[in-house]
Amino acid sequence: MASSAASGSRVELRGVGVTYPGGSDAVRNVDLTVGAGEFTVFLGPSGSGKSTLLRTINRLIEPTSGAVFIDGVDVRTLDPVVLRRGIGYVIQAVGLFPHLTIGANVGVVPTLLGWDRARIARRVDDLLALVRLEPATYRDRYPRQLSGGEQQRTGVARALAAEPHLLLMDEPFGAVDAIVRSSLQDEIRRIHRELGTTIVFVTHDVDEALRLADRIVVIAGGAIAQADTPQRVLAAPADDVVRSLVGIDAQSREFAEARPLRSHEMR
Amino acid sequence: MNYILAHPDIVAERLGEHLVLTFVSLAIALAIAFPLGVLVARRPRAGAVTLAVLNVIYTIPSLALLAILVAIFGLGTPTAVVALVAYAQMILVRNVAEGLRGVSPAALDAADGLGFTPFARLVRIEIPLALPAIVGGIRIATVALIGIATVAAWIDAGGLGALVFEGLHQDDPNKIVAGSLAAIVLALAADGLLRLAEKRLQ
Repeated sequence: MASSAASGSRVELRGVGVTYPGGSDAVRNVDLTVGAGEFTVFLGPSGSGKSTLLRTINRLIEPTSGAVFIDGVDVRTLDPVVLRRGIGYVIQAVGLFPHLTIGANVGVVPTLLGWDRARIARRVDDLLALVRLEPATYRDRYPRQLSGGEQQRTGVARALAAEPHLLLMDEPFGAVDAIVRSSLQDEIRRIHRELGTTIVFVTHDVDEALRLADRIVVIAGGAIAQADTPQRVLAAPADDVVRSLVGIDAQSREFAEARPLRSHEMR
Repeated sequence: MNYILAHPDIVAERLGEHLVLTFVSLAIALAIAFPLGVLVARRPRAGAVTLAVLNVIYTIPSLALLAILVAIFGLGTPTAVVALVAYAQMILVRNVAEGLRGVSPAALDAADGLGFTPFARLVRIEIPLALPAIVGGIRIATVALIGIATVAAWIDAGGLGALVFEGLHQDDPNKIVAGSLAAIVLALAADGLLRLAEKRLQ
């Protein structure tokens, strides 16, 4: 598949802060480097600033201080439209375009980029196969005809359409039931292995973070509380905030502890 | 009925005038209402002022508005077109804005995040998704304009209203019935066709 050639971007946040017009801080002075090809999960409770931080990367939110660099380039020097076409973006609400077919939804960024129709059609079929939606069955359907899980698979395929080197995912599996979520987690892990795309993934779900992440960045009160491997976050929480977040109940932690080991052994 | 059968050519000519008056006005009204509707949807404060002004125009009785406009532009079709365009604004702008406001925030966030330019987002996502509401506005405006255009004959703008006014002056009920009936049928036909279009879009 052509997409297997894609690789990952390196993302650097330097002193990033976001202050809302009211004067309250959403994000305070965040320094973070996400390595090329790394699967990084921003973990934190709702309102912690993790989504805000994610959205500074593709300039949906402009930092009020500090700067974001992708492969060494300050994103402020790029046209936001051009920047975003090169970055995959998946959100919890999926946001498929209801008036377009699944094929047209997946092909929407290539269409904006002016690819020819045959190339878009090939790419759409490759991507639907990648997210395990049979192209012949799904290509001409409309979003409302799909289940929640199928819609989010489409959302992932759409985000990957222009072979981005960076994929931003904002609580992408938060709205589907546990079984579907688990299978979507397996898929994104597999896609990450196959494509080598850098992924920054936001969640408030500790199990999900432990299961997916190469590195977990725990965010609380708009700042980084700890940035470490899942094993280290579990074994040596940096402070009480992290400890209370990952240790909510012993049972779910035991369940989760087994997960990252398995998924890391596979890599 | 008798008059329509006896003088189909005259009725057809008046009907033609009526159609031209209505649809020329509608086309101009739409060209103005689209940008205004976008403004109202995007800028709540400027939008509220715009809608308030349009609402004032909308509540002026049609004879009074025509009288005012004749004082400025004189008698004839162009003056009638100005009046019809002004009336249609309220309905069209409100529906364009409502349609745009009704587009799901998730679709807009996705469009922004995927790298749509503001114009591409408007044309490829927002307007198509707002289309049922917009066509609903076009339907209501068309029916209203067909009715108001009847009064426009009073300022020498022709149309089916001319038959009605002639009938009144000449004490000829056949003419009055012919003009009224044709206007009613035209309004019902436009309403039915546009309802069909609305259904297909949903």
